[in-house]
Amino acid sequence: MGKGTQETPILEAKHISKSFAGPLVLKDVNFSVYPGKVTALIGENGAGKSTLMKILSGVYTDYEGQVVLRGDPVRFDNPRQAQEAGISIILQELNVLPNLTIAENIFLGREPETAYGTVDKQQLRKDSKRYLEMLKMEATPETKVSSLKVAQQQLVEIAGALSYDAKILIMDEPTSALSDTEVEILFDIIREYKKQGGAVVYISHKLEELFEISDEIVVMRDGEIVDTGHTESFDRNRIVKGMVGREARKVFIRKKADYGEEVFRVSDFELFLKRETGDCNLHDISFSVRRGEIVGIFGLMGAGRTELLEGLFGAFPKQSKGTIFIEGQQVAIRSVEQAIRAGMALVPEDRKTQGLFLGMSVSQNLTLAALVSRFPGVMAPEARERELVTDYINKLNIDTPSPTKPINQLSGGNQQKVVISKWLATQPNILFLDEPTRGIDVNAKREVYELINQLAEAGKGILLVSSELPEILTLSDRILVLANGTITADMDREEATKEKIMHAAIPNR
Amino acid sequence: MNNNSLSISIPGISWQKFQSLIAILLLSALLAMLTDNFLTTENLWNVLRQISVNVCISVGLTLVILTAGIDLSVGSVLAFGGAVTAGLLKNGVEVPAFNLFLEFTVMGAIIAGLSVSTFLGWINGIAVTKLRIPSFIATLAMLTMARGLTMLWTGGFPITGLGDSFTFIGTGWLLGMPMPVWITAVVVGLAMILTNKTKLGRYIYAIGDNEEAAYLSGINVKRVKMIVYSLGGLLAGVGGLIVTARLDSAQPNAGFGYELDAIAAVVIGGTSLYGGRGTIMGAVLGALLIGVLNNGLVLLNVSPFWQQVIKGLVILIAVGLDRFQAEGTE
Repeated sequence: MGKGTQETPILEAKHISKSFAGPLVLKDVNFSVYPGKVTALIGENGAGKSTLMKILSGVYTDYEGQVVLRGDPVRFDNPRQAQEAGISIILQELNVLPNLTIAENIFLGREPETAYGTVDKQQLRKDSKRYLEMLKMEATPETKVSSLKVAQQQLVEIAGALSYDAKILIMDEPTSALSDTEVEILFDIIREYKKQGGAVVYISHKLEELFEISDEIVVMRDGEIVDTGHTESFDRNRIVKGMVGREARKVFIRKKADYGEEVFRVSDFELFLKRETGDCNLHDISFSVRRGEIVGIFGLMGAGRTELLEGLFGAFPKQSKGTIFIEGQQVAIRSVEQAIRAGMALVPEDRKTQGLFLGMSVSQNLTLAALVSRFPGVMAPEARERELVTDYINKLNIDTPSPTKPINQLSGGNQQKVVISKWLATQPNILFLDEPTRGIDVNAKREVYELINQLAEAGKGILLVSSELPEILTLSDRILVLANGTITADMDREEATKEKIMHAAIPNR
Repeated sequence: MNNNSLSISIPGISWQKFQSLIAILLLSALLAMLTDNFLTTENLWNVLRQISVNVCISVGLTLVILTAGIDLSVGSVLAFGGAVTAGLLKNGVEVPAFNLFLEFTVMGAIIAGLSVSTFLGWINGIAVTKLRIPSFIATLAMLTMARGLTMLWTGGFPITGLGDSFTFIGTGWLLGMPMPVWITAVVVGLAMILTNKTKLGRYIYAIGDNEEAAYLSGINVKRVKMIVYSLGGLLAGVGGLIVTARLDSAQPNAGFGYELDAIAAVVIGGTSLYGGRGTIMGAVLGALLIGVLNNGLVLLNVSPFWQQVIKGLVILIAVGLDRFQAEGTE
């Protein structure tokens, strides 16, 4: 491990461990922040970066170990206390109130008061102006935040953090919504802030940014800090090696498969979604899936994995274009219904918000997609539905006392099996699986892996999206990597390594 | 596995139904003791005839609310539908462009009135799905517009003298049951089949439960909503026919405030305003509870001012109990 620096840290985490009802997400972590330095923190999704930062900034109060501020142990009860002690955090998601003005946002809850107890607008404007000038923003303090672009809203948030007179500024992927020029402005601010003795923790996936702005680099993996050192001592390889680790544990071995003919092909797919949290722009996407083949798609947070699957599935007919072939036949997919009828199925990423109808029964959840695509007529075919439900409860070993039980009384793993059954019931040829094992326990995970394997053996084409590298490596026959809005790598399982995948997944600015 | 394994079974609702039923029975028992004429055949038919309009509207409203929407325009749409039927029946219509004068049979006028109400509901649907206006606002606008149209169509005066074959719908009897009750029974029966037995019914619940999941399951969410708002308009039109026929008059201010009674019935019946949970039978029982209460308060000579206060209290208690239970189970 590289040695950090001889200076005294302003903030330290000592032997921090943390779990969320289950395995440890942080294991005995030691982490230091120094005045006048930018410490970059990098790691795979779920490595524990955000958890650690949330502990340092008082968001999580339940942890083992010690936080030491300027040599004294502290324990914050809430983010406000941390802020008052000089630690501000800027989260990935925007935390501004769009209907208030810039000035009101910066000084929210701490507005200067007049002698009568009303807000001193003069003072508020004067104070805000100082920060706007610092951030080189042209907008007046009275501008409503909702009329600003996302990047500028982000700057307002940064101004808010600075206004606490923060000595330590934590930024969690602050540039994901910023343009290049705006990133430069942000970096100028960070450099100025450093000069005045401020300490910065900077989380980002963008290596070029880290090399440009940071003084120290800390690499995390699986809840541990695996590498630290001066930024000059790092190169891309050293970071990637730290992020992915050496050993690839395999709990499940995918059997060698025989592929059939091509079942799915997309060429020149494009998707543009305008969104508050940053636009999603996918382009030049072409690939194919054969019968019996599992194609894994890996990408870091924000790469557009889910959007790609939903786009191919006809969920954004107006914002996407491209040509899709199913079993060699070109098909027009302008709606989800057409996609299902063409033999596609999508097990969505977020079970609760996109997959399940929590007020409905197991049975009703299971048959809904088949009702749309497979059963003609006006009436719900109850007898055939019952058959279908019994069939899948047995086949997938779904643990439910009765098909009429409300779905919300089942465990996460069983709920996921119902969602998968719902899609198998449409008799698809090509299955899109978006994070199929998120939030389910180890045993259910194994069952889901085996099920995916069986489906491939039964001749279905499978497109698997996962943010867990081991999952991708375990299941996939071929691996595509999504970054910079397009596919940056396409490799067979034999040639795929964690390093290669991670190299392709880290976006260029 | 039992036979009903696919019928809509939602926890809390059956108890809810049971609860309104108990309330109705208790109230009836009380009224039977306190008054001489509550428990007479004549009065009971009277109650059913009086609630028939509210039941028709509430059934349509239940469908809309199940998709997590609301329809505030039902009272005005009811008035316009009734006025169109009455006007066509009484005066026919001139089409100057073709130099035509059309007279209407009773059936023709009814179909025209129902078509117009359905069309207004369809416009609600367009506003909600295509223009993405929140249903509260879109149907509030329709409430005003349909009332204005009614005033324009009637010139602000009642249209009366509609003939016996039409007023039979509101005042006649068939096989020992008043016609409005027959109509309402058919509406309720069809709506129960729709919600419990058809694919469309399942989609309605699914959309109210989780719209994004419904969309990603291939349900054409916009089309389902269009149908639901159109049905809301159609059923308001049916209510309009009953009101007009019973009074032998299309009043320009008919149906004023009916949306509130309908919302009360739906909510007392245990349907969630957040969508996805509720039943047609719940709305029927809710309307019945309000009907019995109204009737009882009149029989007891309670002042109309107090009647309103008491009705409000009943709504608070009914929905309060629902919330209380929901918290208990979660």
